[in-house]
Amino acid sequence: MKWVDEYRDPAAIRAVAAAIAAATTRPWTIMEVCGGQTHTIVRWSLPELLPPMIELVHGPGCPVCVTPAEILDQARALALREGAVLATFGDMMRVPGEGGDLLAARAEGADVRIVTSPLDALDLARGLPGREVVLLAVGFETTAPATAATIELAAREGLANFSALTSHVRVPPAMAMILGDDAARVQGFLAAGHVCTIVGTGEYPALVERFGVPIVVTGFEPLDLLEGLLACVRQLEAGRAEVEIQYRRAVRPEGNPIASAAVLRVFEIVDAPWRGLGVVPSGGLRIREAFARHDAVRRFELAAPRGVSEADRRCRAAEVLRGPPRRRARSSAGAAPRSPPRRADGLVRGACAAYWRHGRADEGPIVSGPQILP
Amino acid sequence: MTETPALHCPLPFSDYDRVVLAHGGGGRVMQRLIRDLFVRELGGDELRRGHDGAVLRPRGPIAMTTDAFTVSPRRFPGGDLGSLAVHGTVNDLAMCGARPIALAASFILEEGLPLRELAELVASMGAAARRCGVEVVTGDTKVVERGCGDGLYITTTGVGELLRDPPIGPERVRPGDAILVSGSIGEHGVAVLAAREGLLLDPPLLSDAAPIHAPALALLEAGVDVHCLRDPTRGGLASVLAEIAASAELGLEIEEAAVPILPAVADTCELLGLDPLYVACEGRFVAFVAAGEAEAALALLRARGCGAASVIGVVRGEGPALLTSPTGGRRVLDLLSGEQLPRIC
Repeated sequence: MKWVDEYRDPAAIRAVAAAIAAATTRPWTIMEVCGGQTHTIVRWSLPELLPPMIELVHGPGCPVCVTPAEILDQARALALREGAVLATFGDMMRVPGEGGDLLAARAEGADVRIVTSPLDALDLARGLPGREVVLLAVGFETTAPATAATIELAAREGLANFSALTSHVRVPPAMAMILGDDAARVQGFLAAGHVCTIVGTGEYPALVERFGVPIVVTGFEPLDLLEGLLACVRQLEAGRAEVEIQYRRAVRPEGNPIASAAVLRVFEIVDAPWRGLGVVPSGGLRIREAFARHDAVRRFELAAPRGVSEADRRCRAAEVLRGPPRRRARSSAGAAPRSPPRRADGLVRGACAAYWRHGRADEGPIVSGPQILP
Repeated sequence: MTETPALHCPLPFSDYDRVVLAHGGGGRVMQRLIRDLFVRELGGDELRRGHDGAVLRPRGPIAMTTDAFTVSPRRFPGGDLGSLAVHGTVNDLAMCGARPIALAASFILEEGLPLRELAELVASMGAAARRCGVEVVTGDTKVVERGCGDGLYITTTGVGELLRDPPIGPERVRPGDAILVSGSIGEHGVAVLAAREGLLLDPPLLSDAAPIHAPALALLEAGVDVHCLRDPTRGGLASVLAEIAASAELGLEIEEAAVPILPAVADTCELLGLDPLYVACEGRFVAFVAAGEAEAALALLRARGCGAASVIGVVRGEGPALLTSPTGGRRVLDLLSGEQLPRIC
């Protein structure tokens, strides 16, 4: 497949890995921000191709992971209302809140539909005029434009039975928070390519200026990640800290102004809780008052999430997100534990899931503190 | 009472054009459905006896298996629910190293199912059974009220004569065994998904749904030292390999680049965020054969219509099923916690 195969070419991958090895003279700790990048790293066993002095830590880039449990419980409660239809993405089906996941809600009689586009939820609302259709929409800057367009379209059509329960969050404020954390050891970032497709390099020059770390906007195929790492290592070795774009085939510095404008027409930037991280200043998006009738929070008078529920406390996302040291491999690839951490098993996208899915849990993120998971 | 004449119009077996509760009521309406549809399309001598059960006279040890079939849509590119219900059970018998001899079939019909569709599916089932040389010897139908079923569920139970005794199975897998797959993987899952979701694949992708007993049993008949056979249906190739590694308590090493996957399957999975290694096949099998017999097995499979058959890996002493990527990195093939779901990112 064009645009995929050439970025998985074994010879090209090995050549860039060799260039990274040649460029590396000191230990460096680099965070890939996006969960999609984490999956590629683990699925392709990229650390095995890297010099041991390069340490990768996994960033906050899984929208499923950072969605507060309260939102999931609100979605579940809405889904169980008489006559309601909850539409959401497949990822969200198995993420447990306090009361269980949406698969279980479906078994209890809730009408939960998996959609592959937010616009599918509008089709549902048009086809089921007597029922309340609620779209549970999460995600970063990447998915927010589609949600915004959906809400605008619903408003234009006057679709009275459609509303959205959104938990859209913004990546750069979380990166700033991670860098401002005393415990942070991250020396360079591979920024999430698809986020930057929308927002461009936006706030990154300011972050580079403030914290003195290189930020390389990076794609999602194995060759992308290695090229991003090479650029990052070269900057670090040369003592430079700049914004660089590896993912040039999809990202322009100015991003996608049309999509960004749609987001800001529908949403306003607010402080928002991320599961595990707590409240991130300017870290989230809230539907504007002008679209109140399509905002499930206002329509159903839901409480604003604070991100402090028991389920959030149990989740180890915070420590994973802040980039804790990874356990070194204790044995050859494949000493997968027999049972996954419960939450990691529920997730399909986060760092825990990446390690669990690809059987490398023995060298996955480790965290301090007592083991609270059942 | 006068005998109803045998008719040759499209729907000779009912005054209705949809399944009604009377089709399961035990009376004349049900008798006509059984006689003029099920017996006519499926029946051999044993079914025609119309008794409560069939009598079989196997010559030796038999294998037995059962499977319930439901698929949406009931007709998909390359197959349908009827033929699937035959092939699935025939294939499971073959994976036991048994030559299929007889099937029992149960039908749960939902009130309202168009009879024309039922007739076509039952005819497809009969044709599939005849092609596989297996007889449907007994059966049952029930009708459930509208809303209590999904149109049609078919359960088939099969028995077959064992070609090897003691039988082949995961416990006979040994370190050094070669691992073969009989063809390219994932076509069934992707074809059904495409049909269900209205994805326009150009050209349309056909399911791999097919009987596999002929090539599988040919290995045994030719004297290849086969240790285990398994068809990668639900959960796909990766799940089957993980299961066998676990039950044999042995490690497997699979070369990702050696696993045959059609570009249409790889590309569709890429777009949908699915891993083709976990996508179902309905006409493929994995064979574990003794070290040194891989080439003979491969030649035999290719001569028996399995043109894309490939050696994909080898059994090692211990550890899980490991997949080596084209760049040399390795990862574990494990069971999914549930089904693969479409993703947001």
